[in-house]
Amino acid sequence: MHLTPDSIIFWQYGVFKLNATLLFTWAVMLVLVVGAKLITRKLSMALQRSRWQNLLEIVVIAIETQIEEVGLRHPEKYLGFLGTLLLFIAVSALGTVIPGYLPPTSSLSTTAALALSVLVAVPLFGIEEQGLGGYLKSYVKPTVIMLPFNLISELSRTLALAVRLFGNMMSGAMIIGILLTITPFLFPIVMTALGLLTGMVQAYIFFILATVYIAAATRIRQPESGAEQGPRSKERPWTV
Amino acid sequence: MDSMTIIAAVSIFTAGITTAFGTMAPALGEGRAVATALASLAQQPDASATITRTLFVGLAMIESTAIYCFVVSMILIFANPFWNNVIAQAAGK
Repeated sequence: MHLTPDSIIFWQYGVFKLNATLLFTWAVMLVLVVGAKLITRKLSMALQRSRWQNLLEIVVIAIETQIEEVGLRHPEKYLGFLGTLLLFIAVSALGTVIPGYLPPTSSLSTTAALALSVLVAVPLFGIEEQGLGGYLKSYVKPTVIMLPFNLISELSRTLALAVRLFGNMMSGAMIIGILLTITPFLFPIVMTALGLLTGMVQAYIFFILATVYIAAATRIRQPESGAEQGPRSKERPWTV
Repeated sequence: MDSMTIIAAVSIFTAGITTAFGTMAPALGEGRAVATALASLAQQPDASATITRTLFVGLAMIESTAIYCFVVSMILIFANPFWNNVIAQAAGK
């Protein structure tokens, strides 16, 4: 039994391996990129628009609303990064309805790469929003003593992001594999349906956590100027 | 018992214990979180969006501890480094 799709190797030449993770990642990327390109090829502003354009508009507006509700005031700036994360994880989880497909997110390499891109993106957005000095100052708040703990929390939350997604997606595939040997007919289908739900929830959680981290990195300077904020940005439910 | 048997037995036993004990506390915690969220949803249905989002993020945080235990037990069963080491030694003999 394979713990991750990394161990299924289709083609090998020297140190270069083409394993199932790479293959299915490329497949998901292809579906997303070609699908988006095809849909946005002839956009219409009129009342008559294609069904696919409606679908895409619903998705984009839902993502923007979610980003804005967390407290980022210009969601279109973060839409490219956060929306890609959400759509990639969601589509790679939804692909499990196709037989023979293994979600690339059930490999620790993929989830570690996603979590590392969040680790890099958070300081970039933070520096862009409040300058290098302002962002670095956020590490020594409230006191200098908190500096190592802030650094540790950066690393540990990256690890948590990676292992959480990996564990959830891998457990879905693993449980189906184990059930196939015990009760081969009905239960694996039920668990696949449950796995679809888990995949969507995990995609949402990964996305919303990344949003919260970026929001925390870009909004630290604001308590002094509380007057110009709207009522929405005052809510700050997590100080993760 | 040779070392192979001991390692196999201890690994399987520890994997079960890890998942069993590691999921108890998160289950209790998630139950409390959901119960509190339901109570506050009943009191303030207007704030349902915020409450639901916070609940999801909180549940993910709580659940990750159980996921860590699950990952550890899966590693112990399917990708055990000690077991692989013993197998490699036995094959080399």
